Amino acid sequence: MTEQNDKNLERREFLIRTGKAGIAIAAAGAASYLLYDKKNPAQNAEPENIVTLPDFSVPHVQEQSLSIVKGSDRTKTVAKAIELLGGIERFVKPGDTVAIKPNVAFASPPMLGATTNPDLVAEVIKLCYKAGAKKVIVTDNPINEPAGCFAISGIGKAVANVGGEIVLPKSNYFKNTTLAGGTLIKDWPILYEPFSKANKLIGIAPVKNHHRSGASMAMKNWYGLLGGRRNIFHQDINTIIAELAIMVKPTLVILDGTEVMMTNGPTGGSLSDLKRTNTLIAGCDMVAADSYACGLLDIKVSDLPCLAKAAAAGAGTTDYQSLKPMLAEVS
Amino acid sequence: MKIVQTRRISQIFFFLLFIWLCIVAAVGDKFWQLRNWPTNFFLQLDPLTAISTALSTHTLYRTLIWSLITIILTIILGRFFCGWVCPFGSLHHFIGFLANRKKTAAQKIKLNQYRKAQGIKYFILIFILAMAVLQPLGVTLQTGLLDPILLITRSFNLVLLPIADQTVHFVSANERFYETGWLIFAIFTAAVLLNLIIPRFYCRFICPLGALFGILDRFAIWRIGKNQSHCINCKLCEQSCEGGCEPGGNIKISECVLCFNCLHICKDNIISFQTTPSLSGEVTNPDISRRGFVLSLAGGILAVPAIRLSNKLGSNWSYNIIRPPGALAEEEFLKCCIKCGQCMRICPTNVIQPGGIEGGLENLWTPVLNNRIGSSGCQLNCVACGQACPTAAIRPVTLSEKLGKDEFAAAGPIKLGTAFVDRNRCLPWSMDKPCIVCQENCPVSPKAIYTQECFNTVRNGILTVKKTTDSTIEIAETIPADKFTSGDYFCKIDGEIRKKIAKNTENSITAEKFEKIPVAGEKIELQIRLQKPYIDIEKCIGCGICEHECPVSGKRAVRVSAEGETRSTNRTLLLKR
Repeated sequence: MTEQNDKNLERREFLIRTGKAGIAIAAAGAASYLLYDKKNPAQNAEPENIVTLPDFSVPHVQEQSLSIVKGSDRTKTVAKAIELLGGIERFVKPGDTVAIKPNVAFASPPMLGATTNPDLVAEVIKLCYKAGAKKVIVTDNPINEPAGCFAISGIGKAVANVGGEIVLPKSNYFKNTTLAGGTLIKDWPILYEPFSKANKLIGIAPVKNHHRSGASMAMKNWYGLLGGRRNIFHQDINTIIAELAIMVKPTLVILDGTEVMMTNGPTGGSLSDLKRTNTLIAGCDMVAADSYACGLLDIKVSDLPCLAKAAAAGAGTTDYQSLKPMLAEVS
Repeated sequence: MKIVQTRRISQIFFFLLFIWLCIVAAVGDKFWQLRNWPTNFFLQLDPLTAISTALSTHTLYRTLIWSLITIILTIILGRFFCGWVCPFGSLHHFIGFLANRKKTAAQKIKLNQYRKAQGIKYFILIFILAMAVLQPLGVTLQTGLLDPILLITRSFNLVLLPIADQTVHFVSANERFYETGWLIFAIFTAAVLLNLIIPRFYCRFICPLGALFGILDRFAIWRIGKNQSHCINCKLCEQSCEGGCEPGGNIKISECVLCFNCLHICKDNIISFQTTPSLSGEVTNPDISRRGFVLSLAGGILAVPAIRLSNKLGSNWSYNIIRPPGALAEEEFLKCCIKCGQCMRICPTNVIQPGGIEGGLENLWTPVLNNRIGSSGCQLNCVACGQACPTAAIRPVTLSEKLGKDEFAAAGPIKLGTAFVDRNRCLPWSMDKPCIVCQENCPVSPKAIYTQECFNTVRNGILTVKKTTDSTIEIAETIPADKFTSGDYFCKIDGEIRKKIAKNTENSITAEKFEKIPVAGEKIELQIRLQKPYIDIEKCIGCGICEHECPVSGKRAVRVSAEGETRSTNRTLLLKR
């Protein structure tokens, strides 16, 4: 014997239930309609949110675009070099936020010269604050572990001591950029976030031997802005350095040739890799600065194809003498 | 204050302390980063680590002496560590409370009754200790798999912390990755979820540390027990008994975790923490059957030779297991490593990874370098892992020893292995593309990677001169415009002179000035200048920075293999003179 349910559905309950069912069906239908995609998924999504690095340069002043100061004390030579260019006030205005890009590629102690000298960075920060800068940040995307690079290179401490701020390259600070007319920098991630908040940019680089490109100086320093699998650019190192020199328009570059790395670059690792040349170069034309510094490394301008490439693209001149560099010596 | 309140405060304090010590275990100069924080505090209090490493190595590593405090207190008081200190125990305690709080008293009493299966944890303990001591052909330390302190340390540091930090980036600037993290996560989650079935499931049935305490506390001076015989047998005391030790009846002293819930809940104040045995009877010895004892002992004795049948310590050793700098020779290493993951947590580059089982079952969660994870191989000027290791499986080496400086100059730097160039995958070697990223990044001075220059004629690169004007040669063939202008291409004329190409169109090449002008009909060669990397195996320290940086991003074209590692004498590569 089977039991039968003789209880009928009440009208009220029936209406509520059909109402709920109707809403559920409508929701499923609406969601399908909104999400319906006729096309196949694209292989690679179109680049979105392409950013462009701001132009940080200051107006050109005739015969004040390159200074070369001889001396062994970096704090004195850099002060003199900037003074010759018209003083820090020419570059940093009160209220400016200044970004400094040293070369902090390796977790290597300062005395080995593989990274920008910390005293030099500190001195430039002090000058910026003297000129009324609101804030000075220091950033790089190192090759070795970032926090360790800033700590071991001494730059972290030196910057903190003079009130600067270290910005470590967090992954969400990278945005894709495309260089107009470029062949390599296309939809490529660069360290963008810290620079987008700055209105002045100073590059400070050591002069180093580099087995692949010949040398690592002011132009190669911008390699540290690249993110992603940037090592792939070593297949065409000269072009990428030239494109970086075109893409980045700094306020000022400072090239430290006080002690240059003659061998085993760019990592060095031994004091015997270094040679004292007591030269500090500052200027608005990084091609000219690098061209001059070739002499410190005992190489010719023609040994670095990136220089001619950058010059041809209008990033500067390899004929640094034509800029009538200002010379000085401090003891 | 009620004693259970005090116990809760103690549990919360130690749990928060544990989390804090996980967070601060990072290299850095902030106050919350490693600056003298005792990050191994819980590991050093853990007597299972101390006893098992003492059994396997026949010495008690200096910092593990702290566990003597736990041992002495346990002998006097019983399993206070489980109920008052252990962060894993506190977590189970809390989850078990949450899961079962709405059950009736009768259900709770049933849930917290004593079960015969609580003896399993003793068999686990016997099994892993047998592996660590009773082995004629070499012992292995596997307590780390289930030791609760190590399990929760590993789970927090390698799984929960990275997940929590993934978006906020407070603990580390960039995401941390850990291989086999999913397995650590699965085991941790399973252990926690088992509380939904039985509260403190892990503590009661699995925990080998709890088992050790259960054995140690048989002489405890103070014990939980009944002080009067006129008990109405309401069983309320068993309603929230954390250990499942039957305080209302014949109390199992070895199962009691000193939660004091029974003492607190008893309306007649019959239960107390006392020196006399319980009036309703007590059992001091753990419930271990003779058969279970023999089987687990025999299992542990046989397990090691069974695992080692794969000959991973002999000729079939795993060359892709690169141990951190200062690690002991493999056999000694396996006697000391407790798989706690502190080295993996502390490593600033994230290159130290929990090992999988492909290097042998014993390798699971031991530290292995994976140069494809992390920010940059093993950093030259870093010895953090050895400093973090609680058992000196990775010796706390100094920078001088690692780099082979000062008094270690004669011994030379610590080698983790040797880098090998895979000439079939390397861009300059096999594809005529300039690269040498590996050479650039080699941190050794002089570099362990050196190059030899060569010029290779490109495909279809033998061209016929049509006409030469100044430094521009018009050619008969068609070549891709602008392809050879990178500064790496040369034009070889007359079989010997090479000139760097400045630019090219489809039908012409402009190079540096020619001394001897090529004439019409003459063949010229289009060449690329390559620097091919070579490894100087006497200089290479196996840091893996080259492997990390190699732009061949899948299977790297330069890879570190463990041959030549300093820690072993039978894996050398070079003939020593």
